[in-house]
Amino acid sequence: MPSSALWAVDLFGRVHTLSTAGQYWELCRDTQLEFRRVSAATQCCWGIACDNQVYVYVCSSDVPIRRREEAYENQRWNPVSGFCDTLLLSDRCPWSDVSGLQHRPLDGVALPSPHWEWESDWYVDENFGGEPTEKGGWTYAIDFPATYTRDKKWNSCVRRRKWIRYRRYKSRDSWAKIPSKEDPKQLPDPFNDLSVGGWEVTEEPVGHLSVWAVSLQGKVWYREDVSHPNPEGSSWSLVDAPEEVAQISCGPYDLLWATLWEGQALVREGINRNNPKGSSWSIVEPPTSENGIMHVSVGVGVVWAVTKDRKVWFRRGVNSHNPCGTSWVEMVGEMLMVNVGLNDQVWGIGCEDRAMYFRQGVTPSELSGKTWKAIVAGRECDQSHCGSSSSLLSAGCFFGDEVRSSGDSAPSDTDASLEVEKPGPALPLLAESLDNPRNPKGSSAAGPGTGRTAEGAMGNACPAQGRGEAAQASGPDKCPGPASTPAELPWTNIDLKEPRKAPSHSAAGIPETTGLSSLGLLPLGLEEHCGVDDQPLWAWVSGGGCAVEACSVLKWFTVQPGLSPSVQTLSLSITPAQTAAWRKQIFQQLTERTKRELENFRHYEQAVEQSVWVKTGALQWWCDWKPHKWVDVRVALEQFTGHDGARDSILFIYYVVHEEKKYIHVFLNEVTVLVPGLNEAKHSFALYTPERTRQRWPVHLAATTEQDLNDWLALLSLSCCESRKVHGRPSPQAIWSITCKGDIFVSEPSPDLEAHEHLLPCDQMFWRQMGGHLRLVEANSRGVVWGIGYDNTAWVYTGGYGGGCFQGLASSTSNIYTQSDVKCVYIYENQRWNPVTGYTSRGLPTDRYMWSDATGLQECTKAGTKPPSLQWTWVSDWSVDFSVPGGTDQEGWQYASDFPASYHGYKTMKDFVRRRCWARKCKLVTTGPWLEVAPITLGDVSIIPEMPDSSRSGHSIALWAVSDKGDVLCRLGVSELNPAGSSWLHIGTDQPFASVSIGACYQVWAVARDGSAFYRGSVSPSQPAGDCWYHIPPPPKQRLKQVSVGQTSVYALDENGNLWYRQGITPSYPQGSSWEHVSNNVRRVSVGPLDQVWVIADKVQGSHSLSRGTVCHRTGVQPREPQGQGWDYGIGGGWDHISVRASATRAPWSASQEEEPSAPQEAHGPVCC
Amino acid sequence: MTDDKDVLRDVWFGRIPTCFTLYQDEITEREAEPYYLLLPRVSYLTLVTDKVKKHFQKVMRQEDISEIWFEYEGTPLKWHYPIGLLFDLLASSSALPWNITVHFKSFPEKDLLHCPSKDAIEAHFMSCIKEADALKHKSQVINEMQKKDHKQLWMGLQNDRFDQFWAINRKLMEYPAEENGFRYIPFRIYQTTTERPFIQKLFRPVAAEGQLHTLGDLLKEVCPSAIAPEDGEKKNQVMIHGIEPMLETPLQWLSEHLSYPDNFLHISIIPQPTD
Repeated sequence: MPSSALWAVDLFGRVHTLSTAGQYWELCRDTQLEFRRVSAATQCCWGIACDNQVYVYVCSSDVPIRRREEAYENQRWNPVSGFCDTLLLSDRCPWSDVSGLQHRPLDGVALPSPHWEWESDWYVDENFGGEPTEKGGWTYAIDFPATYTRDKKWNSCVRRRKWIRYRRYKSRDSWAKIPSKEDPKQLPDPFNDLSVGGWEVTEEPVGHLSVWAVSLQGKVWYREDVSHPNPEGSSWSLVDAPEEVAQISCGPYDLLWATLWEGQALVREGINRNNPKGSSWSIVEPPTSENGIMHVSVGVGVVWAVTKDRKVWFRRGVNSHNPCGTSWVEMVGEMLMVNVGLNDQVWGIGCEDRAMYFRQGVTPSELSGKTWKAIVAGRECDQSHCGSSSSLLSAGCFFGDEVRSSGDSAPSDTDASLEVEKPGPALPLLAESLDNPRNPKGSSAAGPGTGRTAEGAMGNACPAQGRGEAAQASGPDKCPGPASTPAELPWTNIDLKEPRKAPSHSAAGIPETTGLSSLGLLPLGLEEHCGVDDQPLWAWVSGGGCAVEACSVLKWFTVQPGLSPSVQTLSLSITPAQTAAWRKQIFQQLTERTKRELENFRHYEQAVEQSVWVKTGALQWWCDWKPHKWVDVRVALEQFTGHDGARDSILFIYYVVHEEKKYIHVFLNEVTVLVPGLNEAKHSFALYTPERTRQRWPVHLAATTEQDLNDWLALLSLSCCESRKVHGRPSPQAIWSITCKGDIFVSEPSPDLEAHEHLLPCDQMFWRQMGGHLRLVEANSRGVVWGIGYDNTAWVYTGGYGGGCFQGLASSTSNIYTQSDVKCVYIYENQRWNPVTGYTSRGLPTDRYMWSDATGLQECTKAGTKPPSLQWTWVSDWSVDFSVPGGTDQEGWQYASDFPASYHGYKTMKDFVRRRCWARKCKLVTTGPWLEVAPITLGDVSIIPEMPDSSRSGHSIALWAVSDKGDVLCRLGVSELNPAGSSWLHIGTDQPFASVSIGACYQVWAVARDGSAFYRGSVSPSQPAGDCWYHIPPPPKQRLKQVSVGQTSVYALDENGNLWYRQGITPSYPQGSSWEHVSNNVRRVSVGPLDQVWVIADKVQGSHSLSRGTVCHRTGVQPREPQGQGWDYGIGGGWDHISVRASATRAPWSASQEEEPSAPQEAHGPVCC
Repeated sequence: MTDDKDVLRDVWFGRIPTCFTLYQDEITEREAEPYYLLLPRVSYLTLVTDKVKKHFQKVMRQEDISEIWFEYEGTPLKWHYPIGLLFDLLASSSALPWNITVHFKSFPEKDLLHCPSKDAIEAHFMSCIKEADALKHKSQVINEMQKKDHKQLWMGLQNDRFDQFWAINRKLMEYPAEENGFRYIPFRIYQTTTERPFIQKLFRPVAAEGQLHTLGDLLKEVCPSAIAPEDGEKKNQVMIHGIEPMLETPLQWLSEHLSYPDNFLHISIIPQPTD
């Protein structure tokens, strides 16, 4: 799950962020400004500073925000000077925009604000619709405006060419000031509140944001044109409101609520994709007439409010159709404010203690959550701001024990009474956290003085607070409490080893308060004196960029022992726990014990004889005979242990046919793969043997419960692995593959797999499952494995094994993490036109279902459509998908003359039917040996294939990727020890890309979204990004979609499933000369370091059935004949992806063949390393 | 050895070489040879001594045979304690093999429970597991299991089938991701020096402040006499499965990896041997 950040402002106006993966508040890097309000989205944060100006903070990323400026140079031919910029009077200007209507000289194109910079100078675009143009980039036409072609013809009278220049947003990781809306004719009316939302109103690529603001005079403003590529927006426009507005909140989707100074709430109606500003207001009365609403915050489907008496309210029944909701429900707790973030999670700032609270237990089914839990995360970098030069403050962070004991006992913790009683008052924790980690015994003397000085400085620096907040802010700070005499704090005598012995601070004789948590019991004076290193007092919080989900494990509430802050970044380094002395000692002592107690007594008889263990159960079996159906069967797994300790197992399936009892049996050492859950409605799995693979007819078994299925799968899988003596982490050279359900499989390549003779048939490969869920996986023979999820999240393999349904013994103890994935389910709404009522959902009797799948053959209603399997749950409602190929109208409809036909996005006279696509997101949460590589989401990734004996070990490993937005990226710092690498290097392109592959000799090939290929020149270890792109036209009339480069071979795949081999590649001409057709019906290709070619192919015929998505191995691939001769068919039926790019060993050549290949190899001219 | 799973294997396959001799006063028809056996540490005496019983019964008259019981250096051995615990507690400092005396007469009623059949062992074992799960998960895990799962746990122990046992037992070792461990750690601390059979209290694996409790924390809390003062000489050994884990070892980890099959951590406090 991507880590994301919670944004908050403390009483001193300092902005902090808290990562969902971390446990420390980090001070915002740009600390020049003090803020009153912030409102965050995932990539940016808007705020109002104490100078009443609006700022936007765009988080840094390895991928730049770049926008293309274009200008056209137009020329007309005349007999005297040929093509020249002397145009006719009626013509467009010599320099214009694309329409030709606007004059646009190159030097007249200016940067929109000081926050942008030019990337390079203007240059001519020589790419014309995927095809390269002649030098100069000119395109020709008969006259303006007309259709332009690449070629100059006899009647080409005009020509034009496109100049492009990129500008880049440079003010990232800093607060960029938004020019104020001030009209000199009017009195200044500074902004008072601001809210960002609306990112789910339009689909992803746009990245639209709705930024709403409220001025002190109560006017409502909307920032136009804010989007990811245009983070500042363009201008403020006034939105009429019926009364003076005090505060505003904009949800991620179409909810927008505001509060009025009079205490009612104002609800915006009519917000949708075409009208993000909405159309009208309606008023919602406060829960009680005496206490009006002071603060409101909205999510996707919830509204939370705080009334003037600090009570918290939840609005029932809020959704898109009824944005006003139905009624108020009072919640426990008193808060200054609440904020609804992503996934409708809620944060609040306590009224009494100004501590930060998180609402626990908020789920889609229980949106109001369960309890408020205090966030006790410490702060990492206070001293840099408040001027204390000592490193004392980091001490607490380093040891992770600065949190006081009373902090994490949430009010509703029913177990609290059962807690083992705490020792009496002893050492205040406060003192400990001031201690220096590097010198735990000796630094205590510096403790109190420095601490107080720092606090004093901070107190003085306390900025003027926003309206109404200043009074509250100064309250707790300015009045020292009775228990604050420093003499009571035993600064010396510090014992870092016993932080938990710290007392709760209630001992100081402070009257009991009715605060939400025991934090409220803190004596204020104590708070003041130690405030620097203690929990900050908060003024504002925004969770709009903070993705907390039901399965998230947050470290905000407890202190993790032994974790240094660097672990927050989820690095793959070994955790201290794994290297701890106690663990080593246990391992060592156990070994010694076994030696001591067993070594001399091995001849003794065992007390318990080994026996056959039989596990039996009831499953269902998809019977082999027609009509195929699920029949109830008894199954038994018999495990034998031989004298050598080796295991063997047989699975028996007992069935009854025609009242006759029969059985089939499977030797588990012959099983090649167990594939779970290929049936949507049943907890089933398929079992393949080489014979069953050839038949394309596996043994399908189904269990009644998921638990039962997982038990059987885990047991069978373990037995298969044991009988083949496969265990532990896969070797670095393993072959990885993925099914269409996202399940991950791995196979150990036998050296015979790529042998030149006596090839091992690939239906005999044994595949075992790895936990996790991916769409794509790529590996390298040095053990670096990356994957990409359906939601385009990038993952790196951690070196563990198991996870998912493989728990317990089948899983490694460490390196298994939670992994989630999100994908969409699509259904279609179909309508037919009739002359009376227009388009209706009443079709002809011969028509498809009015709600159907893409083919129209299956009925798919909104209510009846289920997530793809029982592991998935819905996480959104149905919404119209506007991003379908062919385009749509404003309501998402696509038109056609009849079903089934090609659809277009506008209605013509001949269109009698229309359809629109509805999408609904579903989510799966599992575990596996994968860690997220945040934050950039990827479309494709490729790691350099290497020979295991290559002298490169130690060098960093070249890894290229294409982001899901089409940016080409190169990962720096990837190595065996740091497989995740360190940062992305962005490679500029003139159009979005789709696929990339790097060969063993640093040949980088890529495929652009327009279907053409590109070769990157001069990539080498010293120049990892190369220098420029060479455009390579695709095969005629085909659009390429994927490319794979091995040692020397280059293969590409087009959108129609044709596999192409690149001919004529030589060291001096690495781009090659032409494409040669190899095969059709191919879905994915992977070329390995031995130039071996593996594909996923469709329509492979077996003896019993046809399979789609089959792993196939190209046979007869030789240096002289790199295209190979035929196919060997392996595991299949639902495979989507394979990577053989780590498989770099082959059986040695037999003597007869040894000499032969050297000559042709040279003749063919492989690219040399 | 890097994987914690190997610890489970080592614990399960721990064996104590034992020499059984018949008590001298037992009346035999001919001389009884001693009987040598490798006893699984994690099992129970009466569960794994069928062979011993058969061996000695061969030399005895039918009428002299009554319930078998075992004794080591004068101490009757409680069958309802795991074998490893009995050995650590009573015999860990003596030479191997472990010499156990076999009795058929004068059953020490006040020291030992009767063990009429394997069902008695099973009942005892299952009640221990249930008690442990009550501490760990408020009994939620064990109650959600089916009868056959309970049976599999027992059969796994009885047949010394590691896989069979752990296929089910792993569920008992899980805890919610948002917690850092079990609710309470099921443990029992045994000392030879006290009258009290063992110490068992409620103790959480995680301190209120979030730090993981260690073995040392546990002992400090419930059995302070077991640990040596800072400067003082080490007087006791703290032993589980024949090894002495460091006091810094997190208790949760110990519970997950060094518990006996009954899901309890059986910790022996024994006087430091004076060499």
